[in-house]
Formats: sequence, structure tokens, C-alpha cells
Amino acid sequence: MSSTPAAPARTPLRDMLEGMPPLATLGPVIALTIACAFFASQSDRFLTGQNFSLILQQVMVVGVLAIGQTLVILTAGIDLSCGMVMALGTIVMTKFTVDYGINAYLAIFCGLAVCAAFGFLNGALVTYVKLPPFIVTLGTLNIAFAITQIYSGSQTISGLPAALEFFGSTFKLGQTAVSYGTVLMLAMFLVTWYVLRETAPGRHVYALGNNPEATRLMGIKTNRQLIAIYTLAGFIYGIAGLLLVARTGVGDPNAGQTDNLDSITAVVLGGISLFGGRGIILGALIGAVIVGVFRNGLTLMGVASVYQILITGILVIVAVATDQLSRRKG
Amino acid sequence: MMKTSKRFLLSLLACTATAVYAQQPIVGLITKTDTNPFFVKMKEGAEAAAKGKGAKLMSGAGKTDGDNAGQITHMENMIAAGAKTILITPSDSKAIVPSVKKARDAGVMVIALDSPTDPQEAADALFATDNFKAGVLIGQYAKAAMGGKPVKIATLDLFPGHPVGAQRHNGFLAGFGAVGIDAKSNNLAKTPDVVCMQDTFGDQAKGQTAMENCLQKNPDINLVYSINEPAAAGAYQALKTAGKEKNVMIVSVDGGCAGVKNVKAGVIAATSQQYPLKMASMGVDAGVEYAKSGKKVSGFTDTGVTLLTDKPMTGVESKDTKFGLDNCWGAK
Repeated sequence: MSSTPAAPARTPLRDMLEGMPPLATLGPVIALTIACAFFASQSDRFLTGQNFSLILQQVMVVGVLAIGQTLVILTAGIDLSCGMVMALGTIVMTKFTVDYGINAYLAIFCGLAVCAAFGFLNGALVTYVKLPPFIVTLGTLNIAFAITQIYSGSQTISGLPAALEFFGSTFKLGQTAVSYGTVLMLAMFLVTWYVLRETAPGRHVYALGNNPEATRLMGIKTNRQLIAIYTLAGFIYGIAGLLLVARTGVGDPNAGQTDNLDSITAVVLGGISLFGGRGIILGALIGAVIVGVFRNGLTLMGVASVYQILITGILVIVAVATDQLSRRKG
Repeated sequence: MMKTSKRFLLSLLACTATAVYAQQPIVGLITKTDTNPFFVKMKEGAEAAAKGKGAKLMSGAGKTDGDNAGQITHMENMIAAGAKTILITPSDSKAIVPSVKKARDAGVMVIALDSPTDPQEAADALFATDNFKAGVLIGQYAKAAMGGKPVKIATLDLFPGHPVGAQRHNGFLAGFGAVGIDAKSNNLAKTPDVVCMQDTFGDQAKGQTAMENCLQKNPDINLVYSINEPAAAGAYQALKTAGKEKNVMIVSVDGGCAGVKNVKAGVIAATSQQYPLKMASMGVDAGVEYAKSGKKVSGFTDTGVTLLTDKPMTGVESKDTKFGLDNCWGAK
């Protein structure tokens, strides 16, 4: 925090990204490359287009959650509620169509709206009641979980219409079957990356995380900005929910229980600072893919799943340590 | 480079030895979690069977009980690795079905172990305990042991909607004498004797809380059915704190070593023991057979269940805890 001058200057905003130590940015890419090279040497099934398509398909839910999570974390917040809000969204979408016979697109819209409303609630509590994001989202995590269970009667909803499963279906890219959900995730990352980098509202997200007071003095309505970010994050969790429904083909009230930590893991592995204001959102994509690559690669090698968790844990600590060290240098 | 040398090595192997390695069947085992001793035993059984048959076993598990997406990911990765048979204990019996269908459409044989998919026919076959029968056995035992005394029953169940939880619960009530119980139902039946029904997720701490709450609701409870032995141990703790452990009988299902020891110690009156090792080894055998001959297994295979107690009741067939300890899973 001390590295950023409190004065309301414009240039530090831009310099921040460009002046970022290369290790934090390049680290995730290097780690991913090494991991891929290693697994390719261990299994001749690893380095195929089909396998990479599979990995992307497997990380698309956590990847999209990580987009919302990154926005919140860039403002020096954190969102523990994301997985549960997503699960509630999936139940709304599936129950509305299957049980009530509502038009699938309308049901999707309602699910997204419920998720956005939860995001709004998070944002309002953080700004106007001035509660720490950790506590607020811990509360809404439980609320969303309970509503999901009560509303669904803890029953899985199956027999979905094709519209809800669209993003799970695939098209051929050469020899490789690619799911539409993967394409949506990649597109969302690119758009968010562009907005954060090139537009004024995007730059304000970084400013908020670096120095909220200075940002306010610059004449930016920080409260309104923050609420908008949390609401958008909620909406994005809804999209993750849509992808989850498409991938699994059911509305599952028990889904997403560890996805909050998984999305934070992706963000941290991507070199995005948990202290806010620093990091490139594409890092979160790399972070999510790293987890997916290890899971897939170790399975191909026949290594038991508990080691996959072990390695993820080590990677997280290395990533945060890198961030901390680079911060001290700066 | 790596690839060519590996292929070369492979063909060399194929020439010298009979081509066992190249055609080694791969069987994937996906359990609910990999911390529960039940699944650890299952994995042991599968590993031993795979070794004996020259097959390669891949194993994976969800992060938590109920982690459906995690199980799907493992299934996809194992199929990508060349597994032609998947053995799975579904965390969510309904939610796994679309993915099981996808795997089967791709020519993979999917066998459910321990817990059925919902519907059961979604998988090729089911190797499991007859959970309804497991419930009936302890129900009959409890009926005989209570000897016509008025009963107030607490049931410590799994969680809503799970077939295993429902079948054990309903079996217990049927064994206790309730009429018109549907053995296939996924809903928990209730009789006038049942004064308290609580979900425990098969967890000891949650079982204790559930029992405490049941005692608050009705202090006269004198018979406790529990979904498994950890839940039973939790219930016993709650009863002990309330000073009621002597007057209340607990019956359970599972047959884990810790549970059998609790039967021996008198904490649990009787339990129905099931055999995870057998489920897994039968699954691997079926997988190897499928790889060799292309013949699939189908339908439900009962892997057996035995009533264990050290206080046998006339008219109810049972074995003692010595037999139970010889056949149990977990740390002895």
C-alpha cells in the first residue's frame, strides 16, 4: 500500500500495471508451461487438442466464477458467496423451466437476476453498512445455501430442455470437439480484460483497490462504483451457473460448495494480489487452467486425487509468496 | 523424441513378452471422498483385484460428499486416459446420471458401487449392499429386543433424497413391523412410533447435535436408528451427556471396525455389516472381463449383509463381533 502515493494523480494508475514486476505476471505462464511439458513427457495422451478442450471444459465454471471474483478482489474485497449464489441461480433456472414450465430463456434471465441481486446485496452491505467483505459474503454464502436447499427441497432437478444445455454442446474445430461454454468463458475473459485495461470504469476498479480515499477525492462515486462491481460479479456467477447446468445436465442443490475457494485459488495462482489493485485478469484464466492441467495430467499418470489437492496447495503458497516479495521490492 | 522412444520400447516389450502391457485393461474407480475408511477399503479391494488380474487401476474422489462436479471431472479424465470401465459410488445419485449416460454412449461400461444411480438403470450394473435388507435386519432385531414395550423412536438419517438413506430407514421401519412400506421409495417413511427424524449426513458431530435436539423434543426416546456408525457414536455421546445411555438402544448399519468395536462395547446394540472390498473387487473383475470379451454386466448384485450383535435374540439370525471384526473395514 505504501508504494502508491496518496495524491490524486492520474499517471500512477497506468504506471502501476506497466511497472509491475515481471515475475508476478510471467510466473503463472511459466508454471503452466513447465507443467504441460512435464505431463506431455509422461503421457502421450496429454498433448492433444481433444485433451486440452476437455481441460478447458472442466475449468469453465470455476474460470467464469474467477472473473467475478477477480473484480471483487481487485477492489481489495473478497467474495466467499460466489459458489452458493451460483448454485441458487442454477436451481432458479432449472426449477423455473422443469417444474413451472416457464420459457427457458426467461428462466435463465430470472436466474441471472437472482444472482445479480445477491451481488447487489453484498455490495450494499459492504458500502453502506460498512461491513468487511469477508463477513458480508460469509453471511450471504450461508443465506444463499439455505435458500437453495429450502427452495429445491434438497432435490436434484433433471430433465432439462435443450436451451439450458446449449453451452455444454460442442462444435468441431478441426479434429477437436470444443464446447460453446469454453468459447463463452474465453470471450468473457477477453472482454473483461479489455474493459479493465482500456476504459475509465475499468481503471477505477484498480484505483478503488489501491487507494479508495484518493479515488473518492478524484471525484469518483466510490460507493456506487463498488455496488456496481459486486452486482456485476453476481451476474457473472449467474453465467457460471448457466455453464454448470449445461455441463452437468442437472440443477444440483449441492453444487458449488468449494467453488468459492477454488475461484480464489485460480485468482491467486494467476498472480492477482489479494490486497487489491494489482493483477491482470487473464492471470485468473491461467490460474484456473493450471489447476485443471494438474488434475488432468496427474489422472493420466494414474496419480490419486489427493495429491492433486496437495500440489494445488503448494502452488497457492508459492504464488502468494511471489506476490508478497514483489510488493516489498516495490 | 520421448514419444518415439516410448513406442519403440512398447513394441519391443510386445515382441519379447506377450503383448500384455499394451492391452492392459484400465479400470477407473471414483469414490465419494478418499478419506472415509469405507472408501479406503474399497480402493484396497480394487487395487488388489487389479494387481491380480494384470489391470491398471485409476482412482479419484470428490472433494466432499456431494461433490458431483468433481466426480464428473474424474470420470472424463479417466476416460481420456483410456479407461473402458468406470466404477463409481455416486455422490449425488440423480445429478451424475447425464454424465454416466455420456460415458456409456461413448462405449464405456459404468458400474455403480455401494449407492445406486437414480434411476438405477442409468448405470450398466449395481454392486451394492441390499440397503433395505440391511435396515430390515436391525429393525427385526430391535423389535425382538424391545419385547413389546412401548417405543419412541428417533431416526438419525443421511440427507434428503438419497436412496441409500431412504432404503435403510424404510427397511428398519419395515423390519420393526410397519406395513405397506415401499422398498424402492426414496422418501423417508414415518410411523406413529417415530417421534423425531433428523439429517446427520452420516457425520458424528452432526449425529450428536441431532440426538441432542431429538432429546429436547422428546426425552422419552428409547430406540435410535442411525444411518451409520459415526452417527450412532454421536448419538451415544448425546445420550451419555443426558445420562440416558443405559435406557436407550441404538441400532445402525455399516460394519466398520470402529463401529463393530462399539457393538462389542455395548454402545451400539446391533449393526448390519456390509462389504465394500467385495463390491470393488467384483467391479474390477467385471471391468477386466469387459476389456477381454466385450461382455458387459447388468442388473443388481447383492454383495451381502450380516447382522452383528453380542446379544443375539431368538428368531433373529446374527453373528457375533468376533466375526464382525474379522470382516470389518477401517483400522482394527
